[in-house]
Amino acid sequence: MKKLVISVILVNLLAACASQKAPEAAPAPAPTPVVEAAPASAPAPVAAVAVDALNDPTSILAKRSVYYGFDVDTVADADKGMLQAHAKYLSEHSNRKVELVGSADERGSTEYNLALGQRRADGVKKLLELGGASASQLRSVSVGEEKPKAVGHDEAAWSQNRRTDLNYAQ
Amino acid sequence: MLRVLKNVAVLSLLLTALSARAELTIEIVGAGEHQIPVAIVPLGGDEILSAAINAVVVGDLQRSGLFRMVDTVGKTPHEPGEVSFSDWQALGADALAIGSVGHADGKITVKFRLYDVLKKTPLAGEVVSAKESQLRAIGHRISDLIYEKLTGDQGVFSTRIVYVNRNGERFKLIIADSDGYNEQTVLDQNEPIMSPSWSADGKQIAYVSFETGHAAVFVQSVFSNQRKLIADFRGSNSAPAWSPDGKQLAIVLTRDGSSQIYLIRPDGSDIRRITFSGAIDTEPNFSPDGQYLLFTSDRGGSAQIYRLPLAGGLEQRQTFGEGSNYSPRYNPDGKSFVFTHRANGQFYISTQDFQTGQMQILSDGGWEKKPSYAPNGKLILFASESHGRGILASVSSDGRVKQRMYTQSGDAREPVWGPHL
Repeated sequence: MKKLVISVILVNLLAACASQKAPEAAPAPAPTPVVEAAPASAPAPVAAVAVDALNDPTSILAKRSVYYGFDVDTVADADKGMLQAHAKYLSEHSNRKVELVGSADERGSTEYNLALGQRRADGVKKLLELGGASASQLRSVSVGEEKPKAVGHDEAAWSQNRRTDLNYAQ
Repeated sequence: MLRVLKNVAVLSLLLTALSARAELTIEIVGAGEHQIPVAIVPLGGDEILSAAINAVVVGDLQRSGLFRMVDTVGKTPHEPGEVSFSDWQALGADALAIGSVGHADGKITVKFRLYDVLKKTPLAGEVVSAKESQLRAIGHRISDLIYEKLTGDQGVFSTRIVYVNRNGERFKLIIADSDGYNEQTVLDQNEPIMSPSWSADGKQIAYVSFETGHAAVFVQSVFSNQRKLIADFRGSNSAPAWSPDGKQLAIVLTRDGSSQIYLIRPDGSDIRRITFSGAIDTEPNFSPDGQYLLFTSDRGGSAQIYRLPLAGGLEQRQTFGEGSNYSPRYNPDGKSFVFTHRANGQFYISTQDFQTGQMQILSDGGWEKKPSYAPNGKLILFASESHGRGILASVSSDGRVKQRMYTQSGDAREPVWGPHL
């Protein structure tokens, strides 16, 4: 039993580290423990073993972005396992909601890129639904090329901007 | 004495207003094939006003690429009786502009005359009057008169443009004079703004704003700035385009699946879907007669331009060949269209004739996007880039004269030339 408590604390520590290291790559949602929140100073209660897998930085659920090739909107096979895991998580946590935000690199027109970003987000939404998530948990939108994560006229920037982010509601 | 002081105060205000815009610079490259030599004599009367108006007129005419300024060699006729045509013939001028400027009761009044130097006949005479704050408008009006009388085409110097300024995460929707001066911010927010579109009467603009958490379409009055959210369905609502009669807009919605084109009234009612491709259909633009829409679609595998007859019938692909094509807009004469052509990693401004199907690239290539015609069809405004900054640029419709306008800080995006008012 003692061992379990330690591992829970470890997981929380790791989560803190991860969110400090890469706040941009995966905007970590506020931890939402299943049990009532204990004051920070108090030791974690034994019942906290039911940790939310969403807060586990070692979980595949810590991956929240799908990347694409130029003018491509289908999810690469390599990312399907990750989306499958999110779908399973959503099906098991029906109170959870996630916003899917599609974006595109700056090549093309702003309107075409808005449409492309929407198609990317809609594609991810469809996969999540197929995996068991309910449509009511999902909202897909696009920012097109309007909110670039990386700036520059090169593939290094463009590849960062061709993306669908899974943003869990807090 | 008091009166003089008052005038000095007003003038210094005017000068402050002018110098506040000094950050805007304009570069012109190239010249028209046949430039008309014209002599513009600085207006008589108030020297400061005269110099300011003269700068606007000369700037306008030079940017058109159609005129060559003849040195007035210190000659200063202001009244018809003071004009010696033989002098101006000797200087090589085909046309001569003279006049005077007055300033009273908060108004500036210009008496202006234009002559055909070879025929020794008057071409135009007009009294132009406006509020002090509209000094540049007086200059543009005079430029329009000269342009119309000497080229036979309607001038566009008095028209306005709209564009988006992006500075980091801050977005502004800006309306300015056609030369980029006189900027007015009509929307200022920390969410993206896209795709502004003028109504045919110039009284309203439609645009896309992300302030509701996703792309939604708004219509805003240019005069009152009153605005209305007209399409806010799930997914994206975008690409508004006004019909020529102003009674409806074509917009793009994803509420039923992929991006498809719909018609909607300006009050948000009466929505009707008109494309059913299941691909991306976007960037609709009405033909001047309201019978057709040009739009961008990737239904054939890459983004290309298509044309849809609104009365029903086949949607026809217009662009072929290498590369992809975006953002079509009709020439006001309805015979051709301008669009963004992408090939070999570069973006170009191109036109294509409906009858011949011939494509002509007008710009040098780079990050050149979102072209739109001036209402007389002679100039094309587009978004370009210089030293890593988004700027406004224009090219004459024959590709001969190019200009770049460096506006305020940040990136200028999505410019659209407005109609005659």
